[in-house]
Amino acid sequence: MRHLIDILDLTIEEIDQLIETAEDIMANPAKYAHVCDGKKLATLFFEPSTRTRLSFEAAMMELGGNVLGFSEASSSSASKGESVCDTVQVVGCYADIIAMRHPKEGAPVAAASVCPVPIINAGDGGHNHPTQTLTDLLTIRKEKGRLNQLVIGLCGDLQFGRTVHSLINAMSRYKSIRFVLISPNELKVPEYIKENMHRDKVSYMEVERLEDVIGTLDILYMTRVQRERFFNEADYVRLKDSYILDTEKMKMARKDLCVMHPLPRVNEISRAVDSDPRAAYFRQAMYGKYIREALIMKLLGVEA
Amino acid sequence: MNIDSIQNGYVIDHIKAGRSMELYRHLKLDSLDCSIAIIQNAKSERMGRKDIIKIDQEIPIDWDMLGYIDPDVTVNVIRGGKRVEKKQLKMPDRVVNVMRCKNPRCISQVEHELDQIFTLADREKRVYRCHYCETAYKRSEK
Repeated sequence: MRHLIDILDLTIEEIDQLIETAEDIMANPAKYAHVCDGKKLATLFFEPSTRTRLSFEAAMMELGGNVLGFSEASSSSASKGESVCDTVQVVGCYADIIAMRHPKEGAPVAAASVCPVPIINAGDGGHNHPTQTLTDLLTIRKEKGRLNQLVIGLCGDLQFGRTVHSLINAMSRYKSIRFVLISPNELKVPEYIKENMHRDKVSYMEVERLEDVIGTLDILYMTRVQRERFFNEADYVRLKDSYILDTEKMKMARKDLCVMHPLPRVNEISRAVDSDPRAAYFRQAMYGKYIREALIMKLLGVEA
Repeated sequence: MNIDSIQNGYVIDHIKAGRSMELYRHLKLDSLDCSIAIIQNAKSERMGRKDIIKIDQEIPIDWDMLGYIDPDVTVNVIRGGKRVEKKQLKMPDRVVNVMRCKNPRCISQVEHELDQIFTLADREKRVYRCHYCETAYKRSEK
């Protein structure tokens, strides 16, 4: 029985296979409409995340399966003090597969050690969120046609952004990838991620201003810079506009740039950019549903 | 200072100065009824200062745990008053319930009766990671 806790649990070949399946589902939805007939997905969300939960539930429904679960800890036995391990052992009696989100880091690892059915980590605190990374990989493949030979700009809060760390780890396994890390000094990528890039012989550069590099990028992955992360107000005022993507900056970008964002956004991408065909972030949300369908099929061992 | 030599048991030597009591606690030596000598701040050519523990009884010892706490110690096995074996310890690949994860966001802080598991991530740099949250813990320098 397989679980998905960390994106690195999957080999490159398995990720390629998931992407192929997801692309086939997009092209031939009818072929997959009943592959999970009679199967149940439990969405155990110990903290709210409407987008991720709905994406999982929509994915299971499109495969013909059913869903059950809870959307916050207060409506589960966790509020009575039940442990995560007990919860998944009970739910494993009712469902065929579990998607779990939990505020504590490593909760899915603990759960997987006793769970009788496959567990998908739908986010554990600031730690892992592998289905977001799978979503990002499918987006890059769909939008750029490849997962190698890319210059990937990561912009914003690169210190605390788990999606960014996970994407760096996942993309570092592909050939000829170069990262451009765009962030204020306070929010640079942590040292251990840089050590990983050195180990994997992946080239990267660090810059402070998006304007200086946007013209060199194949992909621009935006994240939010929060005011409270800055040590002083002067730096925030000096740099805040650098991390807001607007139509002026888009003019400096390549015609085939792909703009991504894990969403929700606040103000880091101007709404005027939404109508630009290079803005891929809402398509990215759609791809998330299809890659989750492929993942559910893989872990349940069902085929079309 | 003279300490009687032991007949059957262990001499745990080259303990980093100041760490003998930590070993004493982890090895649960207080539960034994044999003679135990703890020598602190002994002079050492190699280390400057070191601690030594002598145990006058052959007891079952978790060598992996000892290797985790201080891989630089040397263990001399004594039988009939003579050293019959000298053990070099190494850091184990995995330790269970020896230390606790300090990350307040880790599931191991709140989940009942969850084993505290750490795996060796980098032998050279002596880094262990929590099995659950992957927080890194660096063991002491040589």
